[in-house]
Amino acid sequence: MSRASLFIPLTVFVLLAVVLYAGFGLNDAHVLPSALLNKPFPKFSLPRLDASTSPLPAQQVSEAAVKGSVHLVNVWGTWCPTCAAEHPTLMRLAQEEGMAIIGVDYKDDAEAARAWLQQRGNPYTITVVDAEGTLGLDLGVYGAPETFLVDAAGVIRFKWVGDMNERVWREQFKPRLAAIRSASRS
Amino acid sequence: MNKTTRPAQLLVILMLMMTCAFAHAGIDAFDFKTPADEARYRNLIDELRCPKCLNTNLSGSDSPIAADLRKEVHRLVTDGQSDDEIRTYLVDRYGDFILYRPRLSLWSGALYAAPAVLVLVGFGVIGAMVRRTRRNATVGAADPAAQARLDQLLKQHVE
Repeated sequence: MSRASLFIPLTVFVLLAVVLYAGFGLNDAHVLPSALLNKPFPKFSLPRLDASTSPLPAQQVSEAAVKGSVHLVNVWGTWCPTCAAEHPTLMRLAQEEGMAIIGVDYKDDAEAARAWLQQRGNPYTITVVDAEGTLGLDLGVYGAPETFLVDAAGVIRFKWVGDMNERVWREQFKPRLAAIRSASRS
Repeated sequence: MNKTTRPAQLLVILMLMMTCAFAHAGIDAFDFKTPADEARYRNLIDELRCPKCLNTNLSGSDSPIAADLRKEVHRLVTDGQSDDEIRTYLVDRYGDFILYRPRLSLWSGALYAAPAVLVLVGFGVIGAMVRRTRRNATVGAADPAAQARLDQLLKQHVE
């Protein structure tokens, strides 16, 4: 056996060790990668959460609402404490960064949702009531809060499971948003 | 039961009743058109993973998302969707991870085959090495003079 080939097992071991060690830093096992990346936002038809208790039937919202410009779609509920924690960040994104955020009130009570938004402020351009969780199911939602980045064509480009905070915005969303915007300009 | 007292008997019955109650805790009351449908449903919820509590299947999980997904599987089964169609429906929304039995693809096939392939490669390497040493060993025996000297040396040193 030549001298050089004696090093093959060692090299293989080192390569394996590097790859496997890198695996430790990969995705948190509790976060499922989204099956919907680069797929169109699912079709839906759900009632809008109105600001007042109007006796008229609520306006229906469809997936057309996410098209036309880049949107964040935030899945939340009044029963979800983390959603309360991320709320100030969403308010800032809506007011200071000019982000258009669509809220999906997931498996929640519409009355409680109205009161919740009244109390804390409403960062959403539109809030959709997903009482049965049908849109959530189509989106692969398994726990709130979840935030989707949707481009102007209505294609889901990114999904974040967990609270939206400044660090997540800076590290995960801002670069992707910039990439989408520059791609659409070219 | 002759020697046990009435209170003791009642206590045993009560305890047995309580265990029965626990056994029913996770079962949803779904209606099925045929027993075949029900069997398909039970099979599917056993092999689908709860997306939230990752080490439980849908049948064993108490989480709300598992309840929602069981309801959805029931709806799809009674709708007449085949097992494969139902699996595809869920994988489209939740990804491959929702299946306990991952579907065979290029990557998963390669992953399963890799250990066997590595073992075969190992055997191949060993085989090549053995063949080489055997070849080297027979070279020395061709020279009788050297062999005689070797035998003599061995006799001297082995004693």
